Amino acid sequence: MKPRRTTSPARPRPTPRDVVGADPGPAFEITFDGRSVAALPGQSVAAALWAAGILAWRTTRGGGRPRGAFCGIGQCHDCLATVNGIPNRRACLLPARPGDAVTTQEGAGRADLAV
Amino acid sequence: MPTSPSDPHRDASGEHAVRSGAGVFDLVVIGAGPAGLAGAVAAGELGLRTALVDAAELTGGQFYRGPSPALGARRPEALHHAWSAYADLRERLRHCPAVSHLPGHHVWSVVRDPGHADRWTVHALTGPDGTDRAPVRLAARGLLIAAGAVERHLPFPGWTLPGVVGAGGAQAMLKSGLVLPGRRIVVAGSGPLLLAAATSLTAAGADVPALVEATGYLGYARHPGALAANPGKAAEAVTHGGALLRHRVPLYARSAVTAAHGRQRVEAVTVARLDRRWRPVPGTARRIACDAVAVGHGLIPQLDLVTTLGCAVRPTADGTHAVATDRSLATSVPTVWAAGETRGIGGAAVALAEGELAGLAAGARLRGAAVPPARTARLRRRIARLRSFADAMAAVHAPGPGWPEWLTDDTEVCRCEEVTADRVREAAADLGARDTRTVKLLTRAGMGWCQGRICATAVACLATRYGASDAGPAPDRRPLAAPVPLAALAELPAESGPKTAEPT
Repeated sequence: MKPRRTTSPARPRPTPRDVVGADPGPAFEITFDGRSVAALPGQSVAAALWAAGILAWRTTRGGGRPRGAFCGIGQCHDCLATVNGIPNRRACLLPARPGDAVTTQEGAGRADLAV
Repeated sequence: MPTSPSDPHRDASGEHAVRSGAGVFDLVVIGAGPAGLAGAVAAGELGLRTALVDAAELTGGQFYRGPSPALGARRPEALHHAWSAYADLRERLRHCPAVSHLPGHHVWSVVRDPGHADRWTVHALTGPDGTDRAPVRLAARGLLIAAGAVERHLPFPGWTLPGVVGAGGAQAMLKSGLVLPGRRIVVAGSGPLLLAAATSLTAAGADVPALVEATGYLGYARHPGALAANPGKAAEAVTHGGALLRHRVPLYARSAVTAAHGRQRVEAVTVARLDRRWRPVPGTARRIACDAVAVGHGLIPQLDLVTTLGCAVRPTADGTHAVATDRSLATSVPTVWAAGETRGIGGAAVALAEGELAGLAAGARLRGAAVPPARTARLRRRIARLRSFADAMAAVHAPGPGWPEWLTDDTEVCRCEEVTADRVREAAADLGARDTRTVKLLTRAGMGWCQGRICATAVACLATRYGASDAGPAPDRRPLAAPVPLAALAELPAESGPKTAEPT
């Protein structure tokens, strides 16, 4: 009862960039937990991470479980990341800048304040 | 230091921006989506000194959210519907020197100016995520609240897995960042946004192995009047439907994603049929492989600012609240108008018309501007017609009472504070919580970073289900509408802050 899927082999899969005819400036590098990630000018930190297939960059305070962007508009705060050493940055709002060092935020991201 | 329209300069997007100076705006419009943009342009063209304030870099709000200019998109409209109305307004804004567009402004509070009873003070943080620059205060004689909406979410087991994202969130990330959360994206929930999301995700190259809608679209047939009066809406549905047929997107109506599976990220979902009360029908579950899920159950008006201002609200057809207004879109608080989703979820077309009407009403009231009665009458007719359709849709897509049956005890309901369904049940059934506020105090549900924006609907439903008597979703009371650093509060001059006791 499930309709069969057919994909034309001749037509390459479009990308979001193709669809809107994007012609961004040259990609630049940011890092995520030390690994190199390419970002396009104008992309948020979250968008650059998604483009690299990275969906989680925070672990929860209670269960230590992975989280990433959920609402995409700065409301849910699930996308909090530590960027250049500063925790609690909303990655879906924050534009990526060349050389940004994004690290997984563990819990509240304030382990340095723990007593 | 108040900001004024006295020193406009052009920002990166070519739109006017101001940063500093002194003066009082006639109107501050909060939110630059369809309603706010239309309102600011209407007011500005009547000569009102207007500030158009929004957290984002560009106008357009969520509906017309576009890629940053740096991405060089030649055809941003390819991922949008009804783009020309936006392009037209953006052009009028560019040629309207009376309007200052203030991007990157996160409004966290609006209060009456303690020194001038007829003025408002709008407090905003600045920068892309509200942390970059000095806080700003704007003085205004009138306010137009066009704060839009947030997505309504109903939890299910596994919905906190990476790869499960809001349907609106997937749209926003695609439109602004040109990215997808995966290659094979299940679209699920309820409401017209799902069709739009599935259409744009497939256009952008994703496979959508299932479009899962909790209601039957046949529900619209119970509202023949609203449908007949809005042939454009039927055409819109046909456009989306045609695109989905072309991409061979299978539709599962009267069904829901009742669980997401995976370890570090989502790998599959369970889809089950629902009965009329949205209870999963035993024996109908099937597993569908995917690497992302875009889920949402419609939208909820964003009421933080209007409830803090004391504006009267009204219940809506789908169990939420919206701000109440008169026929000129004035709220119960003098010199405060509201338009668009803040007045009830209605979509971009109604927001455009309401923004314009509210802008005209503000012009007439604040500046005595002459507004042709025919223009007002035409807008009112359009709004009434579109609102009848929106109310019909809201009734069709309102969540059924049986959805909590797909929860497990350990399903997280509050994502921020990791509060499970079982703890909400315990608070209401065992500990005697009689309202959602008590549930919150007992469990911390809704007390985290998002301040209940994501979980409030679910917590209220569960609390009622397990014995709370007065738990219907109440309009949110959040005195701070955005996260505010203590430093920003400390910098406020004494007269605009709360009264402090004198040392004795």
